Amino acid sequence: MIKVRQFGSALVLCACFMAPQAMAAGGGGHLEPADIDPDNVASLQRGARNYMNYCSGCHSAEYVRFNTIGKQLELSEEQLIDNLMFNAEKTFETIRSSMPTKDAERWFGQAPPDLSLMARARGADYIYNFLKGFYVSEKSPTGVDNLVLAGTSMPHVLWELQGYQEARFEDHRNEDGSVTSEFKGFELLSAGSMDPNVYDEFVRDTTNFLAFIAEPIRQDRRTIGVWVLIYLVVFLIIARMLKKQIWKDVE
Amino acid sequence: MARIEAEVGKPQGGLMKWIDDRFPFTKTLEHHVTKYYASKNFNWWYVFGVLAFVVLAIQLLTGIFLTMNYKPSADEAFASVEYIMRDVEWGWLIRYMHSTGASFFFIVVYLHMFRAMLYGSYKKPRELIWIIGMLILLVLMAEAFAGYLLPWGQMSYWGAQVIISLFGAIPVIGDGLVEFIRGDYSISDITLNRFFALHVIVLPLALIGLVFVHIVALHEVGSNNPDGIDIKKHKGPDGVPLDGIAFHPYHTSKDLVAIVVFLMVFSAVVFFAPEMGGYFLEHANFEPANVSATPEHIAPVWYFTPYYSILRAVPDKFWGFVLFAASVLMPMFLPWLDRSRVRSIRYRGWMYKTALSIFVVTFLALLWLGLQPAEGIYVLLARIFSVLYFAFFLLMPYYTARDKTKPVPDRVVYHD
Repeated sequence: MIKVRQFGSALVLCACFMAPQAMAAGGGGHLEPADIDPDNVASLQRGARNYMNYCSGCHSAEYVRFNTIGKQLELSEEQLIDNLMFNAEKTFETIRSSMPTKDAERWFGQAPPDLSLMARARGADYIYNFLKGFYVSEKSPTGVDNLVLAGTSMPHVLWELQGYQEARFEDHRNEDGSVTSEFKGFELLSAGSMDPNVYDEFVRDTTNFLAFIAEPIRQDRRTIGVWVLIYLVVFLIIARMLKKQIWKDVE
Repeated sequence: MARIEAEVGKPQGGLMKWIDDRFPFTKTLEHHVTKYYASKNFNWWYVFGVLAFVVLAIQLLTGIFLTMNYKPSADEAFASVEYIMRDVEWGWLIRYMHSTGASFFFIVVYLHMFRAMLYGSYKKPRELIWIIGMLILLVLMAEAFAGYLLPWGQMSYWGAQVIISLFGAIPVIGDGLVEFIRGDYSISDITLNRFFALHVIVLPLALIGLVFVHIVALHEVGSNNPDGIDIKKHKGPDGVPLDGIAFHPYHTSKDLVAIVVFLMVFSAVVFFAPEMGGYFLEHANFEPANVSATPEHIAPVWYFTPYYSILRAVPDKFWGFVLFAASVLMPMFLPWLDRSRVRSIRYRGWMYKTALSIFVVTFLALLWLGLQPAEGIYVLLARIFSVLYFAFFLLMPYYTARDKTKPVPDRVVYHD
C-alpha cells in the first residue's frame, strides 16, 4: 500500500493549490454572498433585460455577442432584436454603449469600464454588493458614494428602483488611539418603486447575467468535463488491465 | 544461403533493413526504448519525468493553435485572448489547457526534482543529468514568465514590471540592463513583441534541446531506483540486468496508467476550476493592462513565489536580488553538497530525513508567503524560512557526511 500512499501524498501536494483564494479586490470588508444561480435561465433573462435597460447606456460589454446571449438564454433572433438590441442591427454584434468615450471622460472623470469580464476580475459578490452599496454622501459630486468602491464616479443609476439610503458608521477607538469608523448598516431615506427584497432580486438577476457574460462557456465546459472524466475512468480501467497483463511475467 | 547470394542486387530484409543501413533506426529504438532496462521496483515517484514530457507535448500543441489566433500587440493582445475564449471554435479549451498546463508543468517538475532528492538521483554518475535538469527548470521559468505577459492583463503587465525592474538592482549595468530587456523605457508593445518571440521560438527550442540531452544523458548511465543501487552490477547470461525490465512494454504500460490518472486531475482543473481560485489565472488579469492604475496587490504566479519570498525577505534591494538568484541556482550544486555514501533515503540516517522534511515545509511555506502581502508577521516568517532554505543546502556537506547510514542491499527491494 505504500505505493498508493506515496502517490496520495503527491496528490495532496497538488491539492494545496486548490484551496480557494479570497478575492483580493474590493474594499468595504465583508461582502454579502450574491447567491446567484447560473442554471436559472429565467433569472438570466431578467438580468439581460436589466442590463440592457439600465447599464448598457454607459457600459459596453464589447466581447459579448447578442447571439451568444440568445443561445444560452433560449431566446430567438426575433426576441433578441425586439427586447435587447436597442442600438444593434445584427445578432452577431457585440454590446456597445452609445456614450462617446470623450464625453464620458469629461462628465465622469473616466469612461465607464467595459463589463464583459467584470465578474471574473472582481467576483459576483463584488458586483452584487456594489449595486446595493450606494448611499447618500454630501462630499461626492454625484451625491452618492459606494460602500464597496469608495469614491466611485458612478451615480446611483438605480435610485428610482431602490430609493436613496443612508449609511450608518460608528467610530471605533483602537488601543493605539487611532479611530476607525465601522459600517453599521443602511437606512432607507426615501423609498424607491421596489421593495428592498424585490430590489435584491433585481440586483441578483443582473449579477447573474454579468457572471454569465464573463464566461459564457462556463455551463458547457462543466457538462463536457463530466463526459471527459467518464471517458478517462473507462480508459483507466483498460490501462490498468493492460499493465497487469504485460507485467504478469515480472516477479 | 546460396540462393540468396545469387540474387545480388535484390534488397533483402525489407524496408527496415534498407533504413537501418542508412540510419540507426532499430539501434536507436532499442537503445532508448525496447532494450533500455530500468529497475522493476520503480514506485509512483518515478512517473513525473514522463508526466513532464506529457505536459511539454500539451503545451507545444495547444501553443501552436493559440499562436494562430493570438495577436502580439499591446492594442490587440487582450482582445485576441478573449476572442479565443469566446469566438474561436474550442478556443476556450485550448486556452485553458495551456494556462493550466503552465501550472501543472511546475507541479510535475517540482515533484520530479523532489524524487531525485528522495533517492539521490543527482549523485555520481548522474550529476550531469541533474545539471541539465536544472537548466531545463531555468528555461522553463523564463518561458513561463514570458508567456505570462502575453495576455496583457493587469497582472501580466505589473508582474512583469516588478520582476524586470529587479535587474535594476545590479550595480553599474542595472539600469541599462533593464532597458535592454524591455527594449523601451517602460513595458510596452515592444516588450510584448519580443516576449512573444522568446515564448514561441527561442525558449521552446532551448527547452526541447535540453530535454533531448537530459534523456540522452540518462540513457547513457541508466536510471536510478528507489534503493539507489546500481542494477548493472548483476546481469543475467543475456547481459540484461537481473533487476531491470525493458522501458517498453513494461514501464510504458505502467506510465500509461499514470498518464491517465494525471489527465483526470488535469481535466478536473481545466473543466471545473480553470482559474483554480485565482492561483492559475489571477483575477486581476481579467482586466486589460492599465499603465496608470497599479493593482492593490501584485503577486507573481504561485510557482515563482518561493523565490520571490526570499527576495522580499531581504531589506536591501541589491542583496535581495543576489539571494533571489542564489535561491534559484542553489539546487544545482546538490551533487557536490551531498557527501552521503548512500543515495536513497531508505538507507540514510535521521539527519538527512529531518533536513529534507524541514526543506519541504520551508519550500511550501515560502510559496505561500510569497502570495501574501509583505507585512507584519509574514516578513518575519519569510526571513526565518529563507534562512532555513539556504541552511538546507549550505549545511548539507556537514550533516550528510556525519549522518549514520544503513547497509545498502545488493538487489532491489519491494516495499509493498
